[in-house]
Amino acid sequence: MSRITIDPITRIEGHLRVEIEVEDGVIREARCSGALYRGIERILEGRHPLDAQRITTRICGVCPLAHSTAASLCLDDALGLSPPRNGQLLRNLIYGANYLHNHVLHFYHLALPDYLPARALPGALSPGTDEDRRTFREETQELAEHYLEALEMRRKAQELVALFGGKMPHDMSIVPGGVTYRPTLGEVAAFRFRLREIVGFIEGTYIPDLLLLAERYHDYFELGKVGNLLTFGCFPLEGERLFPAGAILGGEYMPLDPGEIREGISHSWYSGDGAVPPWEEEVEPDPDKEGGYSWIKSPRYRGEPCEVGPAARVAVALQVGPQEFREIAGDLLREAGASPGALSSAMGRHLARGIEALFIARAMERWLSELDLSAPVAVEYRIPVEGRGEGLTDAPRGALGHWIRIQGKRIAHYQVISPTTWNASPRDERGVPGPIEQALQGTRVQGDGILEAGRIVRSFDPCLACAIQ
Amino acid sequence: MRGEARTVVWFQAAGCTGCSVSLMNAAYPDIKNLLLDEIVPGKGIALVFHATLMGPTGRPALEVLEKIPAEEAGEYVLVVEGAIPTAAGGRYGTVGEVPMRERAAELARGALAVLAFGTCASYGGIPSGAPNPTGAVGVGELLRREGIEVPVVNVPGCPPHPRWFVETVVILLARGLPGPEDMDDAGRLKSVYSGLIHEHCPRRPDFDVARFAPYFGERGCLYELGCKGPFTDAACPEHAWNGGVNWCIRAGHPCIGCVEPDFPDSFSPFFRKLSLEEEKATYRGAR
Repeated sequence: MSRITIDPITRIEGHLRVEIEVEDGVIREARCSGALYRGIERILEGRHPLDAQRITTRICGVCPLAHSTAASLCLDDALGLSPPRNGQLLRNLIYGANYLHNHVLHFYHLALPDYLPARALPGALSPGTDEDRRTFREETQELAEHYLEALEMRRKAQELVALFGGKMPHDMSIVPGGVTYRPTLGEVAAFRFRLREIVGFIEGTYIPDLLLLAERYHDYFELGKVGNLLTFGCFPLEGERLFPAGAILGGEYMPLDPGEIREGISHSWYSGDGAVPPWEEEVEPDPDKEGGYSWIKSPRYRGEPCEVGPAARVAVALQVGPQEFREIAGDLLREAGASPGALSSAMGRHLARGIEALFIARAMERWLSELDLSAPVAVEYRIPVEGRGEGLTDAPRGALGHWIRIQGKRIAHYQVISPTTWNASPRDERGVPGPIEQALQGTRVQGDGILEAGRIVRSFDPCLACAIQ
Repeated sequence: MRGEARTVVWFQAAGCTGCSVSLMNAAYPDIKNLLLDEIVPGKGIALVFHATLMGPTGRPALEVLEKIPAEEAGEYVLVVEGAIPTAAGGRYGTVGEVPMRERAAELARGALAVLAFGTCASYGGIPSGAPNPTGAVGVGELLRREGIEVPVVNVPGCPPHPRWFVETVVILLARGLPGPEDMDDAGRLKSVYSGLIHEHCPRRPDFDVARFAPYFGERGCLYELGCKGPFTDAACPEHAWNGGVNWCIRAGHPCIGCVEPDFPDSFSPFFRKLSLEEEKATYRGAR
């Protein structure tokens, strides 16, 4: 048996260490370890509640919109605010643009080098290995050109966010009660044209490249699978979410019950044990804790580890989502020769991102045409002396929750549970591994396992700055 | 690239990768140009380590980081993104199972110069907000504590505008290391950070006639909504963000002072006008 530590896992956000034990060509054991703690929840305590809006945005520079969206929903709830329709539409447009940025960046710049030969990319960008590369020379050359083109597309997607969101990273216009910015007609046109350019790239380049990989690496629809799926849904408009919330446990769909969320710390570097609801968490960091091997905690839903992210969103929306979604998803699954059951796999997650990028882009065109530029974009806020709020959304990487308790008009407690906390969580108090650990364990590998482990881990698009705040 | 390439090592510590993403938003030169082309005639950069973008993973990646201080001693520029956690023996943040604190010091010791990119790397930033649970400091402070005398240039911002990175790098490549006369009291190049946002703000005429925005999304100066533009030294009004499409104040959001050494604590609450005493403590004058 050989034990290999992969640290740092590059081409993800942040500091992740993965340890695998390989025996007879199979990964027998896997451990995910988050390597950075900042204590942002602690930093929020005692501050003005609205500061959470801007400080939590800064948890992550790749998906700041995920946190500014969750924080605004959480503060809307605590402050009793209902943003006007315009504010909701603008929030969705800004957040949608962040999704498009995320998926293009993830596919081309974080994941694709795992499938490109060493010579395809220059300098430090080169993956440095030719192991298990399956594209022909011309295809490889095209993919490498698209890598460079995608650098520009992701920049334009950031401009799309900034048009209504102020700036990127760390957007500055989403606030409790709505948004701060009322765009002009000219800016709406500028948004539409940039969006069309990005949609053109998604349809004409990203999706075909995705399908090429899906064909050549079709066996990766069988690798990196996880059982349970969970999504909080996202893009609310007048009480309806574009992506519905829900869970699939043991193959059965069930509606979301946020009361079933618990976060445990039995193998994490925090003092104490047991799993508690997010409102009640009070933990101290303890880097010496016996049995601890990660700064990431172990969130569980109905006691079960759950994969969150594109596979969960798409699988749930296939069951209870709108007809338009089921058509887009059905077409792409057919073209890729994959079943809905293969979404939770190394290749299935990539395919799910492609599906939702198309669907979100279309919804954005619709939201844009529904804006009323003469109507207000925000309602006024008043800070209550006491209050509680919960903000649930799906980030590009999966289910994200923010919870606040206000006392004496100040933040008494703030809790964040992020997508990668779910996916990269360590074992729980029952010893059950987290989803990425599960996805790795049992994988048949050709060499030392680093190649397959890298492809599987990156298919989750891990974000460690989010996983541990 | 035909010309001479200065080796750059990009080390990420207690951050959020937002500074890297911001750099990838650069235009003219864009990130492709920065990675592949000469930036000033005959000179460019060779980025040999950047954990978010590099191809290799695990051990082969780590070897690049570990060989550099000896192999290119005194020749490479170290870019640091993120603050350095110093408490609990540095165990709040590790890379390749070694505390970031030790890695950053080791890399800085062998460098020609250190470029602290972002407010966290420059001064500690968000992770150093009270009660600073991990003892997070900027890289300049780490070097002082370790007695490492390598020049540090700060390029703060949460994140910094990509243009501030490009301008700083262009100056370093074309003219070499800056002298004390080129730096302001916050360790930044004066030519890159020069003037309070308030002095160049397009909403300044509103301030001058006391026309204040009553609420988000309304016209007027944002001072009453908590804007920290009068205390913040950055070129946001001139450059705007993301290809010039927008920026915080134009988007109707009060400035939160994210480039300043005492961010976030001196500027919090972000959405409340500071009291006169707080303003006096925060104002450091036009530099």
